[in-house]
Amino acid sequence: MFFSRQIERRPDGRFRLRLREGERMLLRRLYDDLAELLTDPDDPALRRLFPPGHADPETEEQYQKLVRDQLVSGRAQVLDVVRSTLSEKILTEEEADAWLRGLNDLRLVLGTRLDVSEETDFEVELDAGERGRGLAVYAYLTWLQEQFVEALSPT
Amino acid sequence: MGATLAPAEVEVEQPESADEAEHDRPWVVIVWNDPINLMSYVTLVFQKLFGYSLAQATKLMLQVHEEGKAVVSSGNREKSEHDVARLHAHGLWATMHRD
Repeated sequence: MFFSRQIERRPDGRFRLRLREGERMLLRRLYDDLAELLTDPDDPALRRLFPPGHADPETEEQYQKLVRDQLVSGRAQVLDVVRSTLSEKILTEEEADAWLRGLNDLRLVLGTRLDVSEETDFEVELDAGERGRGLAVYAYLTWLQEQFVEALSPT
Repeated sequence: MGATLAPAEVEVEQPESADEAEHDRPWVVIVWNDPINLMSYVTLVFQKLFGYSLAQATKLMLQVHEEGKAVVSSGNREKSEHDVARLHAHGLWATMHRD
């Protein structure tokens, strides 16, 4: 089976986005869920999005006080850009960068929920019920994100 | 011969305060290996945030991947905090430490 590139840099510096309707619907559902989750940044599913910056608890508290709000609003901005361009066929570089980061956030949340590790054997586990369906979505997001990395990498 | 030098009043240079010495000690920013962030993505983030060349960024990414962690930047507390926050905004697992 032949897969064309989902995202490609055009000579004019913009990006051509080729996604099937089903893919856009899946992404919309995932981003809606993420936006909902972000309304409670202390939700444990989000722990990989807001990791600790210090080992020392006191310094860590200061760090969180300093940056947590910025990190939450930064992620909300990225989400807004992605959700408002989900039907687009052409993305600007800034929009493509938001897609790259948004896909990474989706993978971090889903990967944390599924407890993905370097030992996760996708070939074996993809068939296994609900976890298998989750891993299939995760694998799709990985494949799509790889293409965004490639398209956005400096040439 | 052997005139002994009278111990002169030597002014030992002291840091003005312990706080200041503490303030000047550099911090390092460490990125830790994790099973979710893609190797290619981590390389791209290092290039984008720190202006590293592809070769430098790849070397650091491989160090993270193979040794479990790598120092990606260093400096005063403010700069390090800024770097950690930017890495966190990109989903990387970063912490800062006193050198």
